Amino acid sequence: MAEGGAPVTLRGVRVRYPDAAADAVAGVDLEIAAGEFIVLLGPSGCGKSTLVRTINRLIEPTAGSIDIDGTDARAANAVVLRRGIGYVIQAVGLFPHYTVAENIAVVPALLGWDAERTAKRVDALLSLVALDPARYRDRKPRELSGGEAQRVGVARALAAEPRVLLMDEPFAAVDAIVRASLQTEIARVHRELGTTVVFVTHDVDEALRLADRIVVMNAGHIVQVATPAALLEQPADDFVRRLVGVDPETRRLVTERPLLETPAEADRTP
Amino acid sequence: MSALHYILTHLNVVGRYTLEHIVLVGVSLAIAIAIAYPLGIIAFRKPRLGVWIAGTTGVLYTIPSLALLAILVVTIGLGFTTAVIALVLYAQMVLVRSVVTGLRGVDPGIRDAARGLGFTPWQSLLRVEVPAALPVLIGGVRVAAVTLIALATLGAWIDAGGLGVLLFEGIHADDPDRIIAGALAAALLAILVDVILRRVEATVSS
Repeated sequence: MAEGGAPVTLRGVRVRYPDAAADAVAGVDLEIAAGEFIVLLGPSGCGKSTLVRTINRLIEPTAGSIDIDGTDARAANAVVLRRGIGYVIQAVGLFPHYTVAENIAVVPALLGWDAERTAKRVDALLSLVALDPARYRDRKPRELSGGEAQRVGVARALAAEPRVLLMDEPFAAVDAIVRASLQTEIARVHRELGTTVVFVTHDVDEALRLADRIVVMNAGHIVQVATPAALLEQPADDFVRRLVGVDPETRRLVTERPLLETPAEADRTP
Repeated sequence: MSALHYILTHLNVVGRYTLEHIVLVGVSLAIAIAIAYPLGIIAFRKPRLGVWIAGTTGVLYTIPSLALLAILVVTIGLGFTTAVIALVLYAQMVLVRSVVTGLRGVDPGIRDAARGLGFTPWQSLLRVEVPAALPVLIGGVRVAAVTLIALATLGAWIDAGGLGVLLFEGIHADDPDRIIAGALAAALLAILVDVILRRVEATVSS
């Protein structure tokens, strides 16, 4: 399942909500390389969620251009565009009346895949997110723990082999142990598939662990774009310094700590 | 007990009126749903129109049923169609409200996910939001059905048949047994429909 990723280029992206006093996203330029794991980091209200949602056009930018794999996303049909982009959200949003398999098969169904191809894909994806297909395939979302549900959410987002995966605070609603396990899995999935990932979080540790590059945002602007190590060593200003913490040595330990390999069973904490 | 005696000795008559009653309510409910669901979806999608829709259906509901029937009889005449129109109008408020409440109650995360994964607004509505709102929708149908079963007894007053015939005949013939028999049959029908739809409601919510 080597699908690879697509480059994403944002130029002058600006979002102003109706009746808002200021831009939610105030002219952002960002070049994301194919297969890169980008984390948008910042406090709530900084525009990171808005920005990520312009990429699949759940929010239409007021100005600017978005290129995905060299084609203009804003000229494409928004619905067709979204079917080619993975989307994972904090609320997970599994469809309660669908089984796990049916939830994962949502985009393949929209794309008209045949039953056999879809079934194979569903099982492969369940294995990919470390859930036993035979055990989980026919379950309903209400029979899943929070961590299991989000694994299914990730599988659903990856179903139609998207080359870009958007993740909006995907692990913010689960407890710390489950979060660590999910972070491990998404890092592994990213290594295996090479999908371009744009991941939103307000959790500095999460950003430092997962990112190839971190994009720090504040008040609709990009404050700094840097690798985790560079961010710790050379924070661009006081805002970034406060955000990453006062003690760079402690932070370094966080980034250099290998990701714990935790089995899916760890999700099933009450 | 003599009302029960009346039913048992007039099974044919009571059966026929019960069947008429079921047809009257069934036809009315089907038409009412066909009108109320699109209205409810519009009211949900366009809150400004929704205020008008809720207001209008609410006012319809407050018109005394006898007055509404009288107006309809004057303008349309007696018969089945007139009764159906009255029942359809009465059912609107409950049904429209159930659609709006049901759709509003759908977890926003589900809607966001559906949109983000590439459902068109219609696909999201029909495949995801309506099924997720189904228990509330069935609850609305249940309340509407029970209300219409009670109201439909007035149909007899305008020649639309149904169990109300027993009530009006009983009044004219000064035969309390027949009145109670009609009321009992209508009540049992309402309870039966209520129980069945509660079961359905429980099944789809699990």
